[in-house]
Amino acid sequence: MAYFDAASTEPLHPRAREALTAALDAGWADPARLYGPARRARMLLEQARAEVAEVLGCRPDEVSFTTSGTQAVHLGVLGVLRGRRRAGRRLVVSAVEHSSVLHSGEVHEREGGTVETVGVGLTGVVDLAAFGEAVRAEGTALACLQSANHEVGTLQPVAEAAALCAGAGVPLLVDAAQTVGRMPASPGWSVLTASAHKWGGPAGVGVLAVRKGVRWRGPLPQDERENRVPGFENVPAIVAAAAALRAAAAEAEQEGARLSALVDRIRAEVPRLVPDVEVIGEPVARAPHIVTFSCLYVEGEALLMELDKAGFAVSSGSSCTASTLRPSHVLEAMGVLTHGNVRVSLPRGASGADVDRFLSVLPDAVRRIREEAGVKS
Amino acid sequence: MIRNRGVSDAMTPRHTAAEQAAQQAAQAPALTVDALGKKCPIPIIMLAEQINHVPLNAVVSVLADDPAAFTDIPAWCRLKSHHHVGSYELPQGGWAIHVRRNY
Repeated sequence: MAYFDAASTEPLHPRAREALTAALDAGWADPARLYGPARRARMLLEQARAEVAEVLGCRPDEVSFTTSGTQAVHLGVLGVLRGRRRAGRRLVVSAVEHSSVLHSGEVHEREGGTVETVGVGLTGVVDLAAFGEAVRAEGTALACLQSANHEVGTLQPVAEAAALCAGAGVPLLVDAAQTVGRMPASPGWSVLTASAHKWGGPAGVGVLAVRKGVRWRGPLPQDERENRVPGFENVPAIVAAAAALRAAAAEAEQEGARLSALVDRIRAEVPRLVPDVEVIGEPVARAPHIVTFSCLYVEGEALLMELDKAGFAVSSGSSCTASTLRPSHVLEAMGVLTHGNVRVSLPRGASGADVDRFLSVLPDAVRRIREEAGVKS
Repeated sequence: MIRNRGVSDAMTPRHTAAEQAAQQAAQAPALTVDALGKKCPIPIIMLAEQINHVPLNAVVSVLADDPAAFTDIPAWCRLKSHHHVGSYELPQGGWAIHVRRNY
């Protein structure tokens, strides 16, 4: 099986596996206690925090560990909205944010706040002028913009958006789940969220970084443990996450360039090999590992099954493959074809030979599905 | 059946006043493709088959209620260089999506 679904989850990095095994023995005790094993667990936790902060370019005491990237977004969005309640009740988001951002916005609306959604262009880039106008509007408490889109890979103009937000005195939350460990974080964020299993760490570890000076008030009952996140820290998993992040960040430039060249090959070859295909998203300003395309007249689910049979794990934003009957809100907002959609996201180490084999089986798979549906070519 | 009523009666425009005015000035559909209850990509497969059955510059109205069709038919027009005239909500749910044959 060629695994091409890294944007869902990256396989565990070997460094993470080693660190996890070691930390299960050395970091099991309660880091809030004062005896030897507890102090060792605390030391490991703080070392991991410092390593993550270094990669993100912030201070260790600005970094909290959550139980997932989704929880980091929930706490980041709702915490800043509470902390800045006196500044206003407006939340600004791009139309292509991860569902965790949009669902946080729904909670905010139910509590009497408002959400303004800023549209994107055909390649998924947020309308920066409209974004600036939205954050400058009276009563804006927080703006959210992802670093790169999780479905199409398009990079957002985070540095420019951060400058607009700074000019308006509005904090910017950057959901960097798709880029941390693959690309350096753009400067200027106020709150940054990420997810360890997207960079090769274990599942169950998210990162919530809140810069000094950003007002934040937790939406959950607090305790005396992890800063901003209630509950007993999973020290071994956090240590493994930090080890994977250090390793991924060190390899990122070289491995990112290699994967990006493979993505370029897919972007160029798919429309040459398969008739009636739309390759979606920014061709250059994109995450190194993600490419998405939609095949006209093809049911997304049928194509995923064909590709699974041929030994490829890929995902799709088509409605028939989602748990809801609606197509992906990202593809809808971009105004691109939502059916017959395939997202290929390459993990660390994905081979050129596997990409070539994917390109060799795809045209027949699409042709068979179209024939069965009675489409005349 | 609502579907058999005059097309303009059955439609609620969801676009601007200018677009509505332009729509009223435009010709009635030469052909209606009933894809209600059909999941994407079937409405688009039906449209692709049927569009060649109308004269150049004539309008095909696709009735569809799969939410994907609302995005995908305009996207198909862009890819296939036909013209998406507009999409109009149907009272019973779904849309009449008007496409003008360009070639």
